Amino acid sequence: MCLGVPGKVLAIDGMNATVDFFGVKKELRLDVVDEPVSVGDYVLNHVGFAIRRIPHEEVGETLAMFDQILKDVAADDLMAADVLGEMAAGKEKA
Amino acid sequence: MAAQEQLLAQLKFRDPEKARALAAALQREVDAIGRDEITVMHVCGSHEQSIARFGIRALLPRQLSLIMGPGCPVCVTDAPEIDEGVALAKQGCRVLTYGDMLKVPGTVKSLGDAQADGGKVDIVYGVEQVIEIANEHPLEEVVFFSSGFETTAVATAAAILRGLPKNLSILSSHKYVPPAMEIVAGMPGSKVEAFLAAGHAAIITGCDCFRPMARKYRMPIVVTGFEPLDVLAAILKTVEMIRRGEHDVANCYPRCVTGPGNLPAQKMLWQVFEPVGGQWRGIAVIPDGNLRLKAEFAAVDARRRFDIDLKGLWDYAPRQLADRCICGEIMAGFKSPKDCALFGKECLPESPVGACMVSSEGTCKIWHQYGGVPDLKEVG
Amino acid sequence: MSAPGPGDRVGLRHGAGGRAMRRLIEEVFLGLGDPVVDGVGLAAMDDGAAIRVGDQWVVMTTDSHVVHPRFFPGGDIGRLSISGCVNDLAMMGATEPLGLTCAVIIEEGFPREELERIRDSMKQACLESGANIVTGDTKVMGKGEVDGIVLNTAGFAVTRRVVTDAGLRAGDKLIVTGAIGDHGMAVMTRRHGLDIQGDLRSDVAPINRLVRAALDAGGDDVVAMKDPTRGGVASVLHEFAEKGKVGVLVQEQHLPVHPEVRAAGEMLGIDPLVVANEGKAVIGVRAASAEKVLAALRAHPLGREAAIIGAAIAERPGQVIVDTGFGRRLLAEIEGEPLPRIC
Repeated sequence: MCLGVPGKVLAIDGMNATVDFFGVKKELRLDVVDEPVSVGDYVLNHVGFAIRRIPHEEVGETLAMFDQILKDVAADDLMAADVLGEMAAGKEKA
Repeated sequence: MAAQEQLLAQLKFRDPEKARALAAALQREVDAIGRDEITVMHVCGSHEQSIARFGIRALLPRQLSLIMGPGCPVCVTDAPEIDEGVALAKQGCRVLTYGDMLKVPGTVKSLGDAQADGGKVDIVYGVEQVIEIANEHPLEEVVFFSSGFETTAVATAAAILRGLPKNLSILSSHKYVPPAMEIVAGMPGSKVEAFLAAGHAAIITGCDCFRPMARKYRMPIVVTGFEPLDVLAAILKTVEMIRRGEHDVANCYPRCVTGPGNLPAQKMLWQVFEPVGGQWRGIAVIPDGNLRLKAEFAAVDARRRFDIDLKGLWDYAPRQLADRCICGEIMAGFKSPKDCALFGKECLPESPVGACMVSSEGTCKIWHQYGGVPDLKEVG
Repeated sequence: MSAPGPGDRVGLRHGAGGRAMRRLIEEVFLGLGDPVVDGVGLAAMDDGAAIRVGDQWVVMTTDSHVVHPRFFPGGDIGRLSISGCVNDLAMMGATEPLGLTCAVIIEEGFPREELERIRDSMKQACLESGANIVTGDTKVMGKGEVDGIVLNTAGFAVTRRVVTDAGLRAGDKLIVTGAIGDHGMAVMTRRHGLDIQGDLRSDVAPINRLVRAALDAGGDDVVAMKDPTRGGVASVLHEFAEKGKVGVLVQEQHLPVHPEVRAAGEMLGIDPLVVANEGKAVIGVRAASAEKVLAALRAHPLGREAAIIGAAIAERPGQVIVDTGFGRRLLAEIEGEPLPRIC
C-alpha cells in the first residue's frame, strides 16, 4: 500500500511546499509532516501530503545498516565471508 | 541540480550488484535453516509492486515463499462499500476517488461502470484536488470516496480538520492495517512465520506498535521501504531472525520510520477517525479494521448526510459469489487459486470476485494470466 | 433468465487498447470481414489492411480520434489525427501516403477559432509527412450528443512489401524508435488535473519518413512493425509475441525513457511501458541487420533516441519477459487506461 516518493523541497509558502521529484514539480501540503521542513530538505510524498522529512544523514545510515545486516549474517556463517568479499570487489569495480 | 542529486541517492538503493550479494547471503541463511519451506508474508501492495516490478522473486531461494497478505486497501474494499459510492453517483452526487478504486467491483457495478452509465465519477490524485473540484462546482454535492490505509487516511483527516467546502462530504472506506496482520497471524495452522511490515504505513504508526504482536504470535516483524535493496535487506533480516528465533521488531527503513511514528499525524488521525469492525473483501471481518468518521464530524460524513439508496442499484438479484471466495486462505498461504471453485470461471480479471483477482499483482490475477508462478531464471 | 449485468454494456476499458478491447473486437466485429486472399484483412487485427493489386499492395487504414484535453503540450487532436493515420500506414510498410480522408463530427456550439487551430495543425502534420487530404465529410450534432469534436481520418498508400505484426522469429531484435511514454503521460497529467509541473510533452508526430529510413536500411530483414499507441510498448510486444508465436525478452535498462516521464511514472505508480506514444514505432529486425537499422534510425531527427530493447526468444511463446537487472518478471498487458494509484 501507500505509494510514496521522496522529493526535494524547493520553496515553502505557509503549509504549501513546491517539491522537485526527479525533474517534475508538485505542490505538497505540509499539514501532517512530523518535523519542521526547510528549503533543501527531502520529504516523502503520499497523495499530495509530505508525510515524513527524510534527514540527509539517514540515507547513508540505511545503506550502512544493509552492510551491517550482511556482516551479522556473515558472523554466524563463515561461508558468507566471501559474499562480503564479492561486495568489496563490486565496490572497487564501481 | 536537485533531480540528479536525487537520482544518485536512489541509485544507491537500486544497485544490482549489492542486490546479488544480499540474495547470496539470503540463500545461505535459508540453507542454514535447512527446511524446505519458509513462509514470509508482506502486507503491502507497494511491496508487491516493487517485488514484481524489479523481478525480485527471481532472486529468492526456492525454499522461501514470499506471499502477499491483505496489503492493498483498494483490493480489500468490500462490495457493499463500493455499492454506496455507486448509489451516490446514481443519486446525482459527483463522486471523486483514487484511480485504483475505479475498477473494484461492487455487488452489481464498479465505480467505473457507474461512470460509463453517465454518473459523475472522476479520479483524483489527492484530497487537495477534491477540495478544488468542490469549489469549482458549488451547486453540486461532491462526495470523496476516500480509501487507503492510515497513511492516506491522515491526509483526509488533515483536510477535514482544516474545514471542507460546504458541498463536500467524505465516504470513508479507509482501513487500518495492524488488526488485519493480527487476524492472519492468529489463523489456526497459518504458515506465516514472519511479516514484512509496510514502510509508509509505519511512518505514521511507528514500528513500536508491532512489538506486542511479534511477542504474542512469536514471529519477527520487519519494517521496510520499497527500493529493491530495502526489500532484499529486510527479507535477509527476517530470515536471519527466523533462524535465531528472535520474536521482535526490526526497522530496516530508519530513514523514514521511527519507533513512535509521526505523532502529529497520529493525533489528527484519531481526532477524526475511530476504528470499527468491518468485512475485508475475501478475507474476514476484521475487528477495528475500518476507519469511520467520528460522530462530531457527522456533517461531513456522506453516510450521515445522504440517505444512500442501495436497493435502487439492484436491478437484478446480486450474485452471492463472494461467499465462496477463498482469498483469505490464499493470502494466508493455506490454499492456492486452483483450490478455488470460482477461479477462472466466475472470477476473472475483467470480473473479479475476490481481492486476489482485483489487484494487478494479486496471486489469482498472476495465476490466471500465467498459469502459476513462473520460473524465468533460465529463459533466453 | 438473468437480467442485464455490467458485462452487457461497453465500458471505457473496452476502448483502452488492451485485452478487453481485443476481446470486444473479436466477439463483435471480426465476423464482419471475409478473409482476404493474399493480403491482410480484418481478421489479422493489424494496423491496417493490405489488398493485392498486381505486384503491389494497396494499404488502407482508418482511425477515429477523441482526446481530452483537445490541446495538450506537444500537440492537439488535429496533429494526432494525421499522425495516427500516416503512422498506421507506415507500420504496414506503406510510407508514402497517396491520400487521406477527414471526417469531422462537431458538437453544436463548438468554437470556430478552435476548429481553425485544429485545421492548422492538421495542415502542419500533412506537410511534415507529405500527406494530402483528398476528401472529407462534416456533420454537426446537437449539444450534448457528441463531446466537442470527433475526428476520423482514413488513408491509403501502395507498397511493394507489406510488414505485418506477425513476422518475428526467435533471435530477432526489437528496436524502439525513441523515448517511451511521452504522449500518454503528458495527456494524463493534464486530463486528470494532476498538477504535476515539468517538461512532459507529447511525442505526437508523423514518423513515416523515419520508418522509410529503417526500411531502406534493413530491407527484407525488417519483419514486424507496430506503433505503440494505447496500451503502450507492452501491448505491442504482446501482439508481436502472440502473432509471431515467440517469447519476447526485454532489457529494462535499455528502454529509453525521458527523466520527467520516469519521475511522473514513479509518482503516479504507472509503468512507462504501458503508457501511450503517438510518434514511435517498435520494429522487429533480423539480428544481422539490427545495428544497421538502428544507425539509420538514429541518423534521423525523430529517431535520435532509438535503442535495441530486447529480442524474440523460442521459449515461452506468447509471453513478454522483462529483465530488470535484478531479476525477471512477466510483463502484463494493461486492463483499461493507466490510472494513478495510491497503493
